Amino acid sequence: MPTLNEYLLMGGLLFVIGLCGVMIRSNIIVILMSLEMMLSAANLTLVAFWRFGGGEGLPADSYNAQVMVFFVITVAAAEVAVGLAIIVALFRSRQTVDVEELRSMKG
Amino acid sequence: MTTAFIILLLPLVAAASNLLLLRKKANFSAFVSTFSAAICLVLTFGLIRQDDLNNLGSFNWIKIADLKLDIGIELHGLGLGMILVVTLIGFLVHLFSLGYMREDAGKARYFSGLSLFMFSMTGIVFADNLAMMFIFWELVGVSSYLLIGHWYHKNTAAEAAKKAFLVNRIGDFGFMIGILLIWGSFGSVNFVEIEGSLRNGNGNYDKGLLNWSVFCIFCGAIGKSAQVPLHVWLPDAMEGPTPVSALIHAATMVAAGVFMLTKVLFLIEVAPTAASVIQYVGAITALIAALMATQQNDIKKILAYSTLSQLGYMIMAVGFAGLLSGGEVLGEKASNAGFFHLYTHAFFKALLFLGSGAIIYACHHEQNIWKMGGLIGRMKVTSFTFLIATAALAGIYPLSGFYSKDAIMTIAANKPLLLVIGSFVAFLTAFYMTRLCVVVFFGRARSWSSEEAKEVPLLMLVPLLVLTIGAIFAGQTFAYSWFVPSKDIPHPEGVVLPLILTAIAVAGIIAGFFLYRGRDQEPYPVQVLSRKFYLDEIYIILVRIFQDAVAWVAKQIDRLLIDGLLVRGVARLVTEIGSVLRGMQSGNLQGYAFLFGVGVILVLYIINAAIG
Amino acid sequence: MSLLFYIFSGLMLGFGIMVIVCRNPLSSALCLVISFLGLAALFVTLNAYFISIIQILVYTGAVMVLFLFIIMLLDIREEKSKDWNFLAVGGGVVVLFGFVVQLISVLGGYEDGKQKMVPFPEDSSHEDVKMIGAEIFTNYNFHLQVLGVLLLVATIGVVVLSRRQGKEGSENN
Repeated sequence: MPTLNEYLLMGGLLFVIGLCGVMIRSNIIVILMSLEMMLSAANLTLVAFWRFGGGEGLPADSYNAQVMVFFVITVAAAEVAVGLAIIVALFRSRQTVDVEELRSMKG
Repeated sequence: MTTAFIILLLPLVAAASNLLLLRKKANFSAFVSTFSAAICLVLTFGLIRQDDLNNLGSFNWIKIADLKLDIGIELHGLGLGMILVVTLIGFLVHLFSLGYMREDAGKARYFSGLSLFMFSMTGIVFADNLAMMFIFWELVGVSSYLLIGHWYHKNTAAEAAKKAFLVNRIGDFGFMIGILLIWGSFGSVNFVEIEGSLRNGNGNYDKGLLNWSVFCIFCGAIGKSAQVPLHVWLPDAMEGPTPVSALIHAATMVAAGVFMLTKVLFLIEVAPTAASVIQYVGAITALIAALMATQQNDIKKILAYSTLSQLGYMIMAVGFAGLLSGGEVLGEKASNAGFFHLYTHAFFKALLFLGSGAIIYACHHEQNIWKMGGLIGRMKVTSFTFLIATAALAGIYPLSGFYSKDAIMTIAANKPLLLVIGSFVAFLTAFYMTRLCVVVFFGRARSWSSEEAKEVPLLMLVPLLVLTIGAIFAGQTFAYSWFVPSKDIPHPEGVVLPLILTAIAVAGIIAGFFLYRGRDQEPYPVQVLSRKFYLDEIYIILVRIFQDAVAWVAKQIDRLLIDGLLVRGVARLVTEIGSVLRGMQSGNLQGYAFLFGVGVILVLYIINAAIG
Repeated sequence: MSLLFYIFSGLMLGFGIMVIVCRNPLSSALCLVISFLGLAALFVTLNAYFISIIQILVYTGAVMVLFLFIIMLLDIREEKSKDWNFLAVGGGVVVLFGFVVQLISVLGGYEDGKQKMVPFPEDSSHEDVKMIGAEIFTNYNFHLQVLGVLLLVATIGVVVLSRRQGKEGSENN
C-alpha cells in the first residue's frame, strides 16, 4: 500500500511541472492549462492529507478537506472561464497569444 | 453645558455665523455680535452670583502618555472680576462700534473679529491650565492682528498688524518655553495641580529652574502687555479702529499679561529673582512710556503710551508678590493691588479711548491734537466724560484711579527706588493728560475739521456715560467688592502717602495747564522723547544685522545640508535604486513566473530550515 | 493497489510533462485531459469518489472543452517557426531542480508521512457524497452562497469581456 509521502511527492511533482509550464511556454493558453495543473496538484495534496488524517493510515472523520477541494474546483472553473474570455479579448486587440510579444508592462 | 461654556462659546458662534453666513448682511451681523455680547454680559452677572463655582465643566482634550491636556473652566478670585470687565467693556465697545463703524465697508468682518476676540479673551480668563491659556493667548493675538489690520488697504495699518503679531511671537515663544519648563518640573500644566505639588513638595524644587520658568512665562506677559523691550507694537496698533483700541489695546487684551501673572501668583511667590525682574521691567516701562507720552501729537498715541505706562504699574505691583528681602511675602496683596488697578484702569482708559474715538469721529478722522481745539463748547458731553476720565487717570480724589494708584504705591513703598519712580510717573501722567486736554478742548479751533465738529449720536454717548459712572465709582468699596471678591486690597496707612500723591498729581496738572495754555504748536520739542528714544530705529538696525546673519547661516544649511544632502541625496538614492529595480520589470510574463518560482523555493527553504 | 498507484501517477506526471512539451496547443489540451484522468484515478485510490467524479466532469468535461473551443475559435497554429527560448527553459530547469530538492528534503523529514494506507472503513459515517453534502449545506452554507455570487459575477464578467467593442453599431447600445 502506498504511503502518504508518496502521494505528497506526486502532488509536488505535478505542481512543479505546472510551474515549469508557466515559465517555459509562451503560449498563454498553455500557461492557463499549467495553472490548472498546479491547482489540481494542491487538490491532490488536500485529499491525501484527508485520507491519512485519522492516523495509522485511516481517513479523517471530518470531510472539511473535500469541501475545500470542491470549492477550489468551482473557483478554478470560474477562473478558467474569465481567463479564456480575457484571452479572447487580448487576441482580438493584439492578434497574438504569445506572451513574449506582450510587453506593455515593461518598466 | 454649563453657563460658563455658553459664555465661552456664544461669541464664537456669533463670529462663525458672521464670517460664514452673514458677510453680505453687515447690519444684521453687527446686531448678532452685539446681541451675543449682551447675552454674555447678562449670563456673567448670573454666573458670578452663583454660589458654587466648582465644576464649571471640563473635558479631556489630549492624553498622550504623561501629558494630559484639558479644556476646563476655572473661575474664582480675580477671574470673576476679569470676566466681568471683559464682558462689560466688551458689550459697551460693541455698542459704541455700532455708531463708530456705521459707514464702514468691512462692518461684518469687523464685528466677527470683535466676537472672535470676545471668545478668545473669555477663554484666557476661564482657562484652568497653562496649555489652554496659551491656545487662547494665541487666539487673542490673531483677533488683535485681524482688528489692527482692519483697514488693511492702508499700508501703515497692515504693517502695524504685522508688527504686533511678530513682536508678540517673541514673547509667546518665551511663554511656551516657560510652560514646558513648568510641565517638566511639575508634570502638569493645571494651575491647581501645580500649586498642589508646589505646596506638597515643601520647598523641594529646583529654585534656579523655577526662577527661569517664571521668567519665561513672564516673557509672554512682556509681549502681550507690551512691556519694555517689546512695547513697540502697542503704539503702532493704534492704526486699528478706535473702539478696538479701547477694548483690546487698553482694557482687556493687554491686561491679559497682568491677569496671567495673577493666575501663576503661587509661582512668583517662590521665585524672588524673577519677581524682582518683573518689578523692574514694570517700573521701567511705566517711566519710559510716560516720558514718551509727553511729546506725542497723535491723540491715540498719547493714550497708547499712557496705557503702556499704566500696564507697567500693574506689572510692577504684581511683581511684588515675590519674596522681599525682609523675608516678607506680599502674595495676594500685591496681585490684588495690580488687579485693582487693572480693573479701574479698564474703565477710565476704555472711556478715554472711546472718547477719543468720538472726537476723531466728530473731527472727520483727524487725529493730530494740534489740529483740534476748543472742542469743549461743541461736544459738551464727550468733553465732560473725557475730563472725568483724565482726572481719574491722574489720580484725583475720589475718582477710581486715586484708590488703585494708592494701592499700588502702598505696595511699591517696600522698595524706595520703585516708589520714587512710581511717584514721578504719576506726575508725568497728570502732566501729559493735562497737556492733551488743554490742547484738545480749550483754546481756539486750529482747523476746519474741529470747527465743524459736533456732538456724536446717542448710541455712542451711552457707552461713554456708562463708563463715566464706572470711572467715578469703581474705586469705592461697594463697587469693587462686587467685582473683586477678595477684599484684601492694600490701603495706605495714614494720610501721608495719599496726600503726597494727590499733591504730585495736582502739580502735574498745574504744570501741564500753564505750559500749554494758549499754545498752537508744541512749545518745547524734545526730539529724544517724540522719537521714542529712537528705539524703533535701533530695533530696525538690530533686526537687520541679526536677520541677515541668521538668514545667511540658514541659507547655507538649507543649500548644503537640506537641499544637497537630504532632498537631492534622497531623491538620487531613490532614483538609483529604482533604475536597478527597473531592470526586473521586463514585462515578460515568464520572467515574473521565474521570480515567483524562486520565491516559492526560498519560502520553502526558510520554513524547512526553521522547523527542521 | 501499489501497482495501480504507480501506474496512474506515472500517467498523470507523464502526460503532465507532455502538456508543456507539445508544441501544438491542441495536443497539450488532449494530454491534459489524460493527465487529469490519471489524477481522478488517484482520487479513487484515496477513496474520494465524489471528488474524482467532479474532477472528470468539471475539468476533463467542461473546462477542457472550453479550452478546445477557444483554441479552435482563435485558430492557433503550431509554434512551428519558434525555437525553444533557452533562457526560459534554463530558468524552468533551475526552478524544477530547486523545488524537487526542497520537496524531497521536506518529505524526508516528515515522520507522519511514512504511515501506510490501511483499507478504507466502509461504514455509514464514511459515505463521502452524503458527508460532503451535509457539510456544505450546514457548516459551509454561507460560503456556498458566496461562491454562487462569484460564479454569477464571473458569468457577467465573461459576457462583458466577450462583447465586441469598437464597432460603430455597438456604441449606440
